[in-house]
Amino acid sequence: MSDLSVRLSSVPLRNPFLLASGIWGESGESLAAAWRAGAGGVVTKSIGAGPRPGYPNPTVETYGDWGMLNAMGLPNPGIDEYPKEVAIALGAGATVVGSVFAGDAAEFARLGERMAATGVHALELNLSCPHAEGFGTEVGSEPAAVEEIVRAVVRAVRVPVIAKITPNAADPGGLAAAAERGGAAAVSAINTLRALAVDVRLRRPVLAHGLGGLSGPAVKPVGLACVWQMYERIRVPIVGMGGISTPDDALEYVMAGARALEVGTAIAFRGVGVFRELTDGLARRLDELGFARLEDAVGAAHRAARPAGA
Amino acid sequence: MRSVVAVSGRVEETPSTVTLRFPFAAAADPGQFVMLWIPGDDELPMSLSYTDGPSKGVTVKAMGSTSRRVLDIAPGTAIGIRGPYGNAFDLSPRRVLIVAGGSGAAVLAPAADRARALGAEVTVALGATRAPELLFRDRFRAMDARVEVATDDGSEGAKGFVTAVAARLLGESPFDAVWTCGPEVMMRKVIEAARPRGVPVFCSVERHMKCALGMCDACALGPYHVCEDGPVFSAEHLARTPDFGVFHRDSSGRRVPF
Repeated sequence: MSDLSVRLSSVPLRNPFLLASGIWGESGESLAAAWRAGAGGVVTKSIGAGPRPGYPNPTVETYGDWGMLNAMGLPNPGIDEYPKEVAIALGAGATVVGSVFAGDAAEFARLGERMAATGVHALELNLSCPHAEGFGTEVGSEPAAVEEIVRAVVRAVRVPVIAKITPNAADPGGLAAAAERGGAAAVSAINTLRALAVDVRLRRPVLAHGLGGLSGPAVKPVGLACVWQMYERIRVPIVGMGGISTPDDALEYVMAGARALEVGTAIAFRGVGVFRELTDGLARRLDELGFARLEDAVGAAHRAARPAGA
Repeated sequence: MRSVVAVSGRVEETPSTVTLRFPFAAAADPGQFVMLWIPGDDELPMSLSYTDGPSKGVTVKAMGSTSRRVLDIAPGTAIGIRGPYGNAFDLSPRRVLIVAGGSGAAVLAPAADRARALGAEVTVALGATRAPELLFRDRFRAMDARVEVATDDGSEGAKGFVTAVAARLLGESPFDAVWTCGPEVMMRKVIEAARPRGVPVFCSVERHMKCALGMCDACALGPYHVCEDGPVFSAEHLARTPDFGVFHRDSSGRRVPF
């Protein structure tokens, strides 16, 4: 069986499949449960300066098994309360990536410092939530802002910093390049695609917040394109996500340039057992295709796309 | 799947409790819940109090501001329903003790209905603050269940907690299972009363809920999610959580002690 272990910057991962931010990350017990179910690591909910209840329900809408729309509104217990949840996950032996969101570089640095102090192995900066006023995409759509935020956090902490990039911008590759200039150890992509559902009988948006973000198998081709373009622009590792629910989905992302992966909506559609399905299936698939190690397949599609002499 | 339906009936069960009936064809089992959407307001998890046939129902007690507004919904009002979600009571036990406190009878009554239809003996310990608040007393009696009542003020049945009635019943006759729903402190006492007799206890547990799809973590209970792994949990499973009867989480995920 092929070797699935990878290094994400300085962080060794037992397999490339991380629990994506926003899924199961409010409680430490849930993060520990995802780790025990076979995740290669877990990314926390995005944590802000204080407790935030998020938007009223409805917060989700589903489309068969191919898509999910959500506008949770970044609910989280706040950085004062959250360290006890991280401690539970670390106590279970999990590799933990702490996700934070903020409105500007100074607050990102302060939150990043506090999250790093909990003992997490890396940070992920939420520069890409598509439905929270003053946060996420609103602060992560300009290359200069992304570079400034990443630089501020990198100066404040010693753990690797991953910048999570929005697909809701003209040039996600340019945002990834800006994050790299700012000192990011890796970039992750994609966050959800800004999206809307309307109930025609009620003549109103389904979600209480109106706009939300689309995830699930429907967004996979968009995520692949973002990862592909980023791989052409940057040298730091890429964490790919967006609609990964089968081993071949994962391998597509790897061949497009991703070194690690995150899994989110598939937990809702297929259950947490999806981590074992993905790891077992990917190891078998790599073996069939002649790759001894996952690392050997990273970016393979780019090499095929560039014939010798071209 | 989500559907928008018109409320077809409204019944005031007690001074603080209302049943809403609505057309919803999906098959459902006692113990399961739906997400009930009041457009422009909120969407709440509600255990089904009527599970059989194309007309389902929920029975709501005035608790928070939204559930208070649910009580005022008039027949004809358009609401959203998605589900049913979650697990159900195992209906195989032949001699069942039901312990219901407050609005807990809402989820236990349809379970009793099905159990009686399958030929089980059903005994109900039903508690409320005062006699007019005894939810579904007549519904339980109509299914030929033995009903024992406790009220805080002694206005009907034994004066005091329903847990004392439950403990007495457990001492008087053998049961194959206890089904309970009510305040967590009450359910913990039921578990303690049943433990020395080796009677398995199943609790319907409530938590703040958002997605109901096992994803958002709002309803985390130890390593479980109430929306997918519950809402019905065995006492053994609950013993593995640090939460049950101790704390729940608010909308932001902060731990709030009971």
